[in-house]
Amino acid sequence: MKMTSTDRILILLTALLSGYQIVVGIDGLGTVPITAYTIAFGALLVAMLLMLILGFGVLDSPVVVIVSTVIPLALALGLAWEHLASYRILYLLFTLVGFAAIIVTRSLPFRGKLPTFVLAVVHGIAGLTIFLLPSILAADGTMKPGFALVGLGGAMIGLGGLLLSFLKAGRPILPRETILKVLPGLFMLMTACFVAGFKLG
Amino acid sequence: MKTVTAKFRLYWPLVKGLQTGLLLATGIAGCMSAHTRPDALVLLMLAGSLFLSISGSTVLNMWWDRDIDARMRRTQKRPTTDGSVTPNEVLRLGLALSVLGVGWAVAVDALFGLVVFAGLFFDVVVYSIWLKRRTCWGIVWGGVSGAMPILAGRVLAVGQIEIIGLLLAAAVLFWIPTHTLTFSIKFQGDYNAAGVPTFPSTYGLETTRAMIALSSIIAASSIGVAGVMIGVQAGILRLLVVLSMGLLLLSFATIFRPSEQVNFSLFKYASLYMLASMILLSI
Repeated sequence: MKMTSTDRILILLTALLSGYQIVVGIDGLGTVPITAYTIAFGALLVAMLLMLILGFGVLDSPVVVIVSTVIPLALALGLAWEHLASYRILYLLFTLVGFAAIIVTRSLPFRGKLPTFVLAVVHGIAGLTIFLLPSILAADGTMKPGFALVGLGGAMIGLGGLLLSFLKAGRPILPRETILKVLPGLFMLMTACFVAGFKLG
Repeated sequence: MKTVTAKFRLYWPLVKGLQTGLLLATGIAGCMSAHTRPDALVLLMLAGSLFLSISGSTVLNMWWDRDIDARMRRTQKRPTTDGSVTPNEVLRLGLALSVLGVGWAVAVDALFGLVVFAGLFFDVVVYSIWLKRRTCWGIVWGGVSGAMPILAGRVLAVGQIEIIGLLLAAAVLFWIPTHTLTFSIKFQGDYNAAGVPTFPSTYGLETTRAMIALSSIIAASSIGVAGVMIGVQAGILRLLVVLSMGLLLLSFATIFRPSEQVNFSLFKYASLYMLASMILLSI
């Protein structure tokens, strides 16, 4: 499916917002959160640039599964490190092991449902962390209400990941054309929510 | 007025607007990287003289290469090969732009003018006239000439050739093979038809891809080190690292998962990378 001018503008805006977040949005945090957020928004930025260059064809690449894992995993690690001090090491271990498991199950010819199971567990935990943690922190007053927008972004990244995963698995929830029509807008809204959430929170 | 517009339309493709624009951007970035707040007049003189001299060398190259351009499908429709301008007219235009550009640069500052002249000399005389048809290593000298605008911009801002200027020049010098070698892989048939030696035709695709990766590593490292030495903000440095990682990943993809798509991505991404890096170093 050919990319429209609107799609291109939305993707460019997503890339610019990701760049903005890397440059000014995460200043003043600790080393691990800064590294984690830089990896997350950096992967998003490079992915958007490649999508601008290659069009939607880039979604057919096998690397998409890995990139779409890096973004939520790194975001979740940054959030957990900042706000769940007692689970820091555990979450870091989960991130490293989860990422390694996805690379291994996607690189080697595994039979059965193990690759899908690994993907679902890793994405599920990371997605829930990004959605629930900011929402709870904003609701109980630990963070300002605006921080809930990060959770909203988390819900959108979950939706985007779901749409892409099923599309890649050959069992799309929606027709491919519909998914591709929705995706640029979803990416832009998701990134805008993250940027606004971090700023207002 | 109509004649002027028609001439402009005819001559504009000879200048290669995108390529000239990108080199001009490196020159402006070189000047801005000093963070000395150059006044608008200095920037205008820098941009004007660089634009004229880069355009002049591009036009002179087209004049010199018109025979091989006619044999390559990609370049067959250039004004120099389709007969819409005469070779003498192109030569006169190239010389006029070059003399005006270098003359203006020398008038602004002698050392700045010398660097601008070096860029033109390496591009037209050393690269195009002397080496391009003899050896694939000619692109190194093409790279040296491409590195001159950023060095010239830096020289104009700080008044001397110093380590940061050389690092910035090295970044462009090693970025150029990433750009030109992916290009020569894509249009290998064209270059073979014209008898122009390229890395793919001389050393094979594997070596060429390794060269692309190596030059990308050096270009990205040079930009990173220059960024640190310039003292750019931590956030900008983070973004430079991210963009550099993208360049390196694509370069390694050309080695380990070579395909037309990866090659095209790297070619386009390398241009975006350079433009973005220049903007970031200027902030």
